[in-house]
Amino acid sequence: MFSQPDRARFLPLAHLHALVAQLMQMGYQCLGPAVENGAIVMRELDDPAGLPRGLQAEQAPGRYRLTRDPHNRYFAWANGPQAIKPQAFAAKESLWRVERDDAGALQFAAVVPAAPAQAIIGVRACDLAALALQDAHFLPAGRRDAHYAQRREQLFLVAVQCAEPGATCFCASTGDGPTPTAGYDLALAELAEGFVAVAGSAKGNAVLDALSLSPATPQQIEAARQQGQAAAAAQTRSLPGRNLREALMSRLEHPRWDEVAARCLACGNCTAVCPTCFCHAEIDEPALDGGASEHARQWDSCFGEAHGHLHGFDVRSDIRTRYRQWLTHKLATWHDQFGRSGCVGCGRCIAWCPVGIDLTEEVAALTASEVQP
Amino acid sequence: MKAPHAIDAGPPHAASVVARTQESPTIFTLELRLDDAAAQAAYRFAPGQFNMLYLYGVGEVPISIMSDPEARNGIGHTIRAVGRVTRGLAALQPGDRVGLRGPFGRGWPLQEMGGCDVVLVTGGLGCAPAVSVIHYVLRRRERFGKLVIIQGVKHADDLIWREQYDHWAKLPDTQVLVAADEGGALWPWHVGRVTELFDLARFNPTRAVAMMCGPEGMMRVAADNLLARGLPESQLFLSMERNMQCAVGRCGHCQLGGAFVCRDGPVFNWGEVKILLSHRGF
Repeated sequence: MFSQPDRARFLPLAHLHALVAQLMQMGYQCLGPAVENGAIVMRELDDPAGLPRGLQAEQAPGRYRLTRDPHNRYFAWANGPQAIKPQAFAAKESLWRVERDDAGALQFAAVVPAAPAQAIIGVRACDLAALALQDAHFLPAGRRDAHYAQRREQLFLVAVQCAEPGATCFCASTGDGPTPTAGYDLALAELAEGFVAVAGSAKGNAVLDALSLSPATPQQIEAARQQGQAAAAAQTRSLPGRNLREALMSRLEHPRWDEVAARCLACGNCTAVCPTCFCHAEIDEPALDGGASEHARQWDSCFGEAHGHLHGFDVRSDIRTRYRQWLTHKLATWHDQFGRSGCVGCGRCIAWCPVGIDLTEEVAALTASEVQP
Repeated sequence: MKAPHAIDAGPPHAASVVARTQESPTIFTLELRLDDAAAQAAYRFAPGQFNMLYLYGVGEVPISIMSDPEARNGIGHTIRAVGRVTRGLAALQPGDRVGLRGPFGRGWPLQEMGGCDVVLVTGGLGCAPAVSVIHYVLRRRERFGKLVIIQGVKHADDLIWREQYDHWAKLPDTQVLVAADEGGALWPWHVGRVTELFDLARFNPTRAVAMMCGPEGMMRVAADNLLARGLPESQLFLSMERNMQCAVGRCGHCQLGGAFVCRDGPVFNWGEVKILLSHRGF
């Protein structure tokens, strides 16, 4: 976000509400951080001045606790369980509907989602990288997913540089953060007195122009840049490389898969919070009167029993093969599909695992030893 | 090889059952016709592709297309009643309605087969995705060398299309080899593993294309056997089965390594999948 410093502007702390008000005035439904069930989630803001201050989240394997930020900043929290993914790839939505008349004739019709113009305030670099991967999956040229496209095109993304990474974060090692570099409409870096603000799109520029901000000073830009570098340096977890394809695919029978399977509950939390996981089940919900049925998709997990189900047998009947499927897809075969790893270093799968399985620790254990058959 | 007019992820087209044949106690064939006459007339598929069949209010299943690719009046599917949707499909009668979208996936490499001996190795209902290849070859007999049809079943009672196999066995340059793990009264063919028949198969391995469809264990043994006889790996193909729900490479259930079986397959070259097939769980 600092590639064109002459275009960076400065949004005083006291004027953050003006940015939200501007977005609301332009017709955006604004989502921002809110506390729900002890975690930071993205919820609709009804008041431009309603963004919470002073929230922080302490994260560790299997642990997430809200704490207070001694500096009372707006965005000192590292990511909560969800951010952008549910807004573009809905957790559940109808794809088509069929009606049956008395003679048994079937009438099929596509269901097109009504997607409001939505601004999400406070998205992080890891989630922007994840969204780019979801875009690659759902919107390849010539094969666009109409439902995803409908929601995705309505999004206005206000990114925020991470100044305080969680203990579970490792975006610096995946190359996806902590400073946003692409994919945003606006990017902010929070300093003590206000925000360095950069537009990443024409829509973002229009918002900044409407706010009549003064340019950011070189000192402010440098402070923001250093803050990003410090946040990267503060990360304690990492992956041993950005392409682990051969490292993992050459260890498919490694004994570590059995060890992790003994701890893994196959609950699917990791896949539910992962911002790049795209698996979904297709389900049918007939109306009680028998006259119609909806065909919907909803998020699914490769840890579930039904994921690999075939007539007569399950391709992955045990947890060992399901964990291996997840990790090798995410870090190895994702390269075949999308030209990069499917992990953006957000660390959610570590924090939200009820037994605290740490992806970085599993990868280190798998790849530390000699290559297995 | 995907047909340009394929019905994509959108809603299915309404179709009617025009004929139903009980092939065995659990296997039946539905001949379907799209209710939209223009869509039916325009419908084309390549042998080895599949359709998603929708049973009203219950769900969709991927079913390979077994009819002759040049037949224009109907689209044939041979199905085993084994799950929620297929048991419901088994109850349908002529005149009943279903949904159909497709065809999907990559079919058999028919363009590359010209001049070659064609060897089909199928197990159980794996014969269904291969039968349209047999039709294709028989209609263009002069373009191909020998046709070897090898089919295995667990029990003699599981063999469907017996009259067809008898008919094909009488054709020139065509060899039919059938085996049942368990024979029965009046079983005229081999009793034992299908792979035990390979010694009887007469084809030139250096100028042949082999296509397999059936249980993965059977295909692994068949592949070892065919490769050991000198068939080049590039000439060995198989049709894979995985949990396919969307059929357009989106839902993720059918992934085999980096491949989406519904879109990148179901037909693969042996070299593309042999490593993953040697590990349980992919």
